[in-house]
Amino acid sequence: MGEQSPASAGYQQPPPRMGFFTDTSVCIGCKACEVACKEWNQVPDDGLNLLGMSFDNTGGLSANTWRHVAFIEQPRNGDTGSGMRWLMSSDVCKHCTRAACLDVCPTGALFRTEFGTVVVQEDICNGCGYCIPACPYGVIDQRRGDGRAWKCTLCYDRLKADLTPACAKACPTASIQYGPLEELRERAQARLEQLHEAGETSARLYGHDPDDGVGGAGAFFLLLDEPEVYGLPPDPVVTTRDLPAMWRRAGLAALTMAAAAVVAFLGRRP
Amino acid sequence: MPQQDLVNADCIVIQGSNMAECHPVGFQWVMEAKARGAKVIHIDPRFTRTSALADLYVPIRAGTDIAFLGGVINYILSNELDFREYVLAYTNAATILNEDFRDTEDLDGLFSGYSPKQRAYDPTSWRYQGRQQAASTEDATSEGMAIHRQTAAGLEQESHGPPVPALTERDETLQHPRCVYQILKRHFSRYTPEIVEQICGVPKKLFLEVCEAWTRNSGRDRTTALVYSVGWTQHTVGVQYIRAGAIIQLLLGNVGRPGGGVLALRGHASIQGSTDIPTLFNLLPGYLPMPHHAKHPTLEQWIGDIHQPGQKGFWANARAYAVSLLKAYWGEAATADNDYCYDYLPRLTGDHGTYRQVLNMIDGKIKGYFLLGQNPAVGSAHGKAQRLGMANLDWLVVRDLYLIESATFWKDGPEVATGEIVPTECRTEVFFLPAASHVEKEGTFTQTQRLLQWREKAVDPPGDCRSELWFFYHLGRIIKAKLAGSTLPRDRAILDLTWDYPTHGPHDEPSAEAVLKEINGYEVATGRPVPGFTELADDGSTACGCWIYSGVYADGVNQAARRKPRHEQDPVASEWGWAWPANRRLLYNRASADPAGRPWSDRKAYIWWDEEAGQWTGYDVPDFERTKPPDYRPPADAAGVEALAGDDAFIMQGDGKGWLYAPTGLVDGPLPTHYEPAESPVPNPLYGQHTNPTRMIYDRPDNQLNPAESEVFPYVFSAGRLTEHHTGGGMSRTVAYLSELQPEMFIEVSPQLAAERGLTHLGWAHVVTARAVVEGRVLITERLRPLRVEGRIIHQIWLPYHWGSQGLTTGDSANDLFGITLDPNVLIQESKVGTCDIRPGRRPTGPALLEYLADYRRRAGLDGASGPNGASRSSGRRRSGGRTDPGKPGRAAGTRRRGKNAGAEGE
Amino acid sequence: MGIRSWIEGWPVYRQLTGDDPTGRGAAVRSTRTGQLTARTETADSMARSVCPYCAVGCGQRVYVKDGEVTQIEGDPDSPISRGRLCPKGAASRSLVTSPLRQRRVLYRRPYGTDWEELDLDTAMDMIADRVIAARAATWEDTDDQGRPLHRTLGIAALGGATLDNEENYLIKKLFTALGAIQIENQARI
Repeated sequence: MGEQSPASAGYQQPPPRMGFFTDTSVCIGCKACEVACKEWNQVPDDGLNLLGMSFDNTGGLSANTWRHVAFIEQPRNGDTGSGMRWLMSSDVCKHCTRAACLDVCPTGALFRTEFGTVVVQEDICNGCGYCIPACPYGVIDQRRGDGRAWKCTLCYDRLKADLTPACAKACPTASIQYGPLEELRERAQARLEQLHEAGETSARLYGHDPDDGVGGAGAFFLLLDEPEVYGLPPDPVVTTRDLPAMWRRAGLAALTMAAAAVVAFLGRRP
Repeated sequence: MPQQDLVNADCIVIQGSNMAECHPVGFQWVMEAKARGAKVIHIDPRFTRTSALADLYVPIRAGTDIAFLGGVINYILSNELDFREYVLAYTNAATILNEDFRDTEDLDGLFSGYSPKQRAYDPTSWRYQGRQQAASTEDATSEGMAIHRQTAAGLEQESHGPPVPALTERDETLQHPRCVYQILKRHFSRYTPEIVEQICGVPKKLFLEVCEAWTRNSGRDRTTALVYSVGWTQHTVGVQYIRAGAIIQLLLGNVGRPGGGVLALRGHASIQGSTDIPTLFNLLPGYLPMPHHAKHPTLEQWIGDIHQPGQKGFWANARAYAVSLLKAYWGEAATADNDYCYDYLPRLTGDHGTYRQVLNMIDGKIKGYFLLGQNPAVGSAHGKAQRLGMANLDWLVVRDLYLIESATFWKDGPEVATGEIVPTECRTEVFFLPAASHVEKEGTFTQTQRLLQWREKAVDPPGDCRSELWFFYHLGRIIKAKLAGSTLPRDRAILDLTWDYPTHGPHDEPSAEAVLKEINGYEVATGRPVPGFTELADDGSTACGCWIYSGVYADGVNQAARRKPRHEQDPVASEWGWAWPANRRLLYNRASADPAGRPWSDRKAYIWWDEEAGQWTGYDVPDFERTKPPDYRPPADAAGVEALAGDDAFIMQGDGKGWLYAPTGLVDGPLPTHYEPAESPVPNPLYGQHTNPTRMIYDRPDNQLNPAESEVFPYVFSAGRLTEHHTGGGMSRTVAYLSELQPEMFIEVSPQLAAERGLTHLGWAHVVTARAVVEGRVLITERLRPLRVEGRIIHQIWLPYHWGSQGLTTGDSANDLFGITLDPNVLIQESKVGTCDIRPGRRPTGPALLEYLADYRRRAGLDGASGPNGASRSSGRRRSGGRTDPGKPGRAAGTRRRGKNAGAEGE
Repeated sequence: MGIRSWIEGWPVYRQLTGDDPTGRGAAVRSTRTGQLTARTETADSMARSVCPYCAVGCGQRVYVKDGEVTQIEGDPDSPISRGRLCPKGAASRSLVTSPLRQRRVLYRRPYGTDWEELDLDTAMDMIADRVIAARAATWEDTDDQGRPLHRTLGIAALGGATLDNEENYLIKKLFTALGAIQIENQARI
C-alpha cells in the first residue's frame, strides 16, 4: 500500500505531519512519560508486578501502558570507571507511515489524523482484535475487561488544541521531543552527528527512514545499540505488505456492492 | 546556587546525591551543561541513573567521602593548582593560627583540646593568632562544646558567622608554618591517591581522572559545580563532608561564581523553608538561636551570643532581627521595659532533637505528639524505636493526606506481629485529621535554591480536610479562649500572642497572605510592610516574623507570587518568585569579580564594579553593599557592616573570608578528617581514632550498634530513594501510577555477593542488623560491585526505604535497619551507611523474629552475651541459613579494633 | 440528527464522496473524534502552583472543572522546570484526587482495636484540652538555679518540610508561646 500522508487521508490543507523523536542518549529512565500519559489519557494502571528486568516493571507497551521505558544493564569490562552501561529508552507507538493496524481495521476505528498520526477511536472500536497481530512492533493491545484496542494517540486531543503531547511535555531531559516530523528528522541527524563526533559510534537512528519496511515511523528513535537490545524489531515490515494484491479484487468487489447499496438507499430518500 | 546556573558549569561533580533519580527535573540543567560540553562526574557507592548519564562514574565505599575529598585537596595543594589570587583575597588561607593548635597528624586522629570525659573539644587552641575573638566563656571549653552539640548549634551557623575577630594576622606569602594554607597542606598530606584507593576502594587512575577534571575546569575562565544531597548529610561526619567539598570549591575559586558553588539538593517541597522558618527545636526564624537556659538568661546575653562586638558582617544587626521577631510574636505586650517579652521564650537545656524525643517517648516522658505531614514510622532511622515511642504516648495527632504507617502502627505495625505492641494494651489515643493538599490551600514553598514560590489555591479541600494554617490558627484560637482569664504567669505568653489573622470562606480559613506580611515585617505604627531587613529597627518600632524573608512583601506586593515567564526575562530570572536574602539568586556573588571589582574573565562575568556609576552591577542583586567600592578599607575601629572591606566577599562571616579552616563553630574539629562510619567493617588506616570521637550516641539496650569489624555483620549497606517513590511512601505508595512502576520492596546485591550468600534473582532475602530484620526481593545487578578496600573485598548492599504496611504496595521498611547515632554538629542521623548480614529466604515472623535477632546480637557480642563462637544456641524457628559459616574462625567482636578509642565508642 | 447528516456521517458515504477513498482518514472520523479537544481548554479555572514532592520547585498548572481537579501539568513559564515534571509531579492529580485519600477525621481511643468516626469540631476541642492538660502537667518554670525555663517537655511535634512557610510560621509561633520546644521536622533527618 502506498504512503499514507495526511493529504491522502482526505484532509484539506492539513498541518505538517507531527511526530516524536525519542533521543535515548539523554533518557534518565524516570518514567515521567509513562505517568504523564496515563494521567492525561486516564489509562488504567497495569497492575503491580516486580519483573526483575532492571527497573522496568511495566514490561512493555500494552493497552494500559502507552509509553514504556526499557532498562538495559550492560556490563562492560575493561572500560573506564563505570564498568557498565545502563541504557534507558522510552518506547511508544511508531505511528507508521504505512500502518498495518489501520489497514486491517474493519470498522474504521483506527484512522489517520490530519497530523499524520494513527489513532484508535474508542467509540468505534468493536474489539475484533485484527489490528493486534498486524502491528510489526507489538504495540497495539486489547484491554482486559473492555475488549477494545488501545494505544498511544499521540495525544490527538492535545494536538487539536495545539498542545504538546503529555509525555513530551513532561520529559525532564527532552529525551522525548515532539514537532513536525521533517524538523525532528533534521534535529535527529544533527544530534547523531554530534554523538558520532564525540566518539559515541554506536549511536544510530531507528525508524527515521521513509524507505524502511513501514515507510518510516512518525515516532522514531536515536538508539545507542542494536534495536534488538531495546526489544525493537531490527527490520520491521508492514504486515500488510502483500495485502494490496490480494485485496485488490475482493476489495473492489466489496466496494462496488457497498456503493450499490448506498445508491439504492439514497434513491429511496423522499 | 540556582539549579539553572549548572548550565554555566564546565564540570559538574555529583557526590552524595543521586540527582537524576531524586531531582529529575533539576537534572535537566546537568544534561544541558553536558550537551554544551561540560564533564559530568558521579561518585557514589552504587551505579545509579545519575551514573548512567555521567561522563565518569566512580564507585566508592559508603562512608569514606572525606578520604576521597581530602585526596582531592591534597592533589590541589601538592600540585599548587589552587586559584591563588582568589584564595589569597577571599579565603582565610593566609590567616595565622594560634601556637597551641595541634592537628590530627600530631594526635593520631584527634585535634588539640579533646576531653575524653566529655567526648568533646575545647576549641580554644583552634583559634586564629593574635587578638582573641571574644567568644562567650562557656563556649570555649569542652563542656561548652558539649552544649553546642546537644543544641545542634552548628545548624545556626548555616547563615551566621561564628565569632572571630574582624582583623587577623596574615601571611600573604602563605609560607608561615601556622598559616591556614600550610596547616591544610600538612593535614591532608597523607591523603594520597594510594590511601584513597585503600580506604575508598577507588582505583588510583579513576581518582586522578576526577582530580584532573576538577582542577582543569576551575580557575579564572572555568568553573566546576559541586552537587550533594543527603548522601552527604546523613553521616556521623556529615557536616565535615560538606566542609571538605567547600574547601575544594574555595581553593579552586568556585564559590560565588556562575557555574560554580555548592548546590545542596534538598528533598522536600519546602524543607528549606522549614529550616529558614524553622520547625526545629534549636532555632527561631531566620537562624536566630533558641535561647539556652544557662547561656541566655537575658535578652542581652542572647543577642550578645548571636553577634560578638567587633565582628564584621551583617549579623551586627542581630538585635534588630531579634527584637522585631519578639514584636511580631507579642505585639503591644512586647516593650523595651520588659525586654520585648524575651522571658516568654522557652529555654533549651540540652538535646531536644527528634531522636532524643523518640527515646524519651519510649521512656514515658512525653505525653502528646503531633505529626504534620511526616511519617517517622517509615521515614526516620530505627523504625522500631519510632513506633514503640508512639505506642507509649497519651495522645497522638496525625495530620496527613493518607492513613500512613505512623497513624496505624497500633493496628498493623511490625511490632503487632511480634507481640511487642498489643492493641488492647496500647494506651495511645490517636487523632487522624485529614490534611488539605497543595492545590487546596495557598501559600509559599521555599525550594532548594532559597526561592519562595507562591501557590494559588485551585479548589477547596474536601470533607474534613484542612490546611495546617487552618488547624494551627484554630487550635491557637481555641486554646486562647480556654485559657482566657487565666492569671497564671505561664499563660501570659499565649494570651499576649498576636493571633488576629483575618479569615475567609466557609471554613474560616486564615489568610496566608496576612501571615506572609507578618513574616516580611512591617512598621508597627503604620502597618507598612518593610522593603527589606536593612530597615528593621531594634527599638520595637518594627515587627518581623523572619528577617531573612524581609522583602518578600516589599511595596505591599506578594513578591513570591511573581511569575514573569522565563522567555520574557534573562536566565537569572529575578522576576520569578523571590529568593532570600533580598531576592539574591547567587550567594557571595561579589566573589565573581576580582579584588579590584573586574570580572575574573568575560566568560564568567556576573557581578562587577561600575566605576562610572559608582556601584556594583551585573545580572543579579549584588551580594555586597551596592555602593561600597572594591578599594574601600574600613577604619581600624570599625565593626559590623562598616568593617567589611571592599574585597571581603563573604559578608556574613566574622572576618569576611571564606573558611578553608573553621576556627570556631564546629563541634568535631576545624578541618574534615576521615573517620570510619559508626558501623564499619574495616579499621581506619589513617589514625588510631576509628570513628568521629564527638558523634552523638545514645547508648542503650534498644539502640545497639553493630560492633566495628564484626564478622557477624560483614557487609556494608546503604539506603535511598527511587525516582518512582517519595520518602516514607505516603505520597507515592498510595498512587497507582507510581506504585506500579516500583511495585515491591527489593534488595540490590552484586552477582558476587549473590553467589557468596546463595541469593537468587527475584528470590527473597533478608538483611539483618542489631536492630531489625528486613526482607525484600533480590535484584542481582552489576550496578553494585565489590570493592577492594584495605586488602580485602567489601560487598555493598542497597535498599530503597519507601515501604511500609500501608498503601497499594506494602513491604518492610529499610530504615528499621539503622540505629540512632548522630552528627555532633546538627544531630542528623547516620543512615547512609551501616553494616549488616544478608541471608536468602524470608525472615522469620512473629515472636520468632525477636529470637532470631537476639541470636544475631549474641553472636556479635552485644547484649552482654557470649561471643561469636559461643552463640550456637539454635532457635529452631530460624529459616534458611540463619547462621554464620560454622567453619569460619570466630573472633570476639571488638577485639580487632585498632588503636586507642578514646573511650568514645558507645557500642 | 437529520437523515441527511446521518447518512453523511456514515463512513462509507464519506469515503466514496470525499478525498479519502481508502477510508483510513477523514472519512472514518467519528463525531466524538471530530469534537475532541484537550480538557485543559474547557477547564473552568487554572491555578498556578508548585509541585509538592521534592525541592526542585517545579511549576505546576492545576486545571479545575466543576470543582474537581481535572489535570495537573508543568508550567512552561517556570525558569526552573520549563514545564517539565518527573513521574511523581506528573502523578499529582492522582495524589490529590485519589479515592484512597482520607477525607474524614478518625479517632482511636486508648486501648481501642479500630478506628471510630469523630466530628472535626469535637476533635479540635479534644486536642486543645489535651494540649492544655499536657502542658499544665509538665510545665517547668525555672531551672534549679532559678533561671527561666518557661517550657513544657510534655509535647512534641514532627513535620513541616512538606508544609508552607506560613504554616511553619504559625506552628513555631504557637508552640513557642505554649512553651513547647520539641518541634522538629525532616530537616533534622
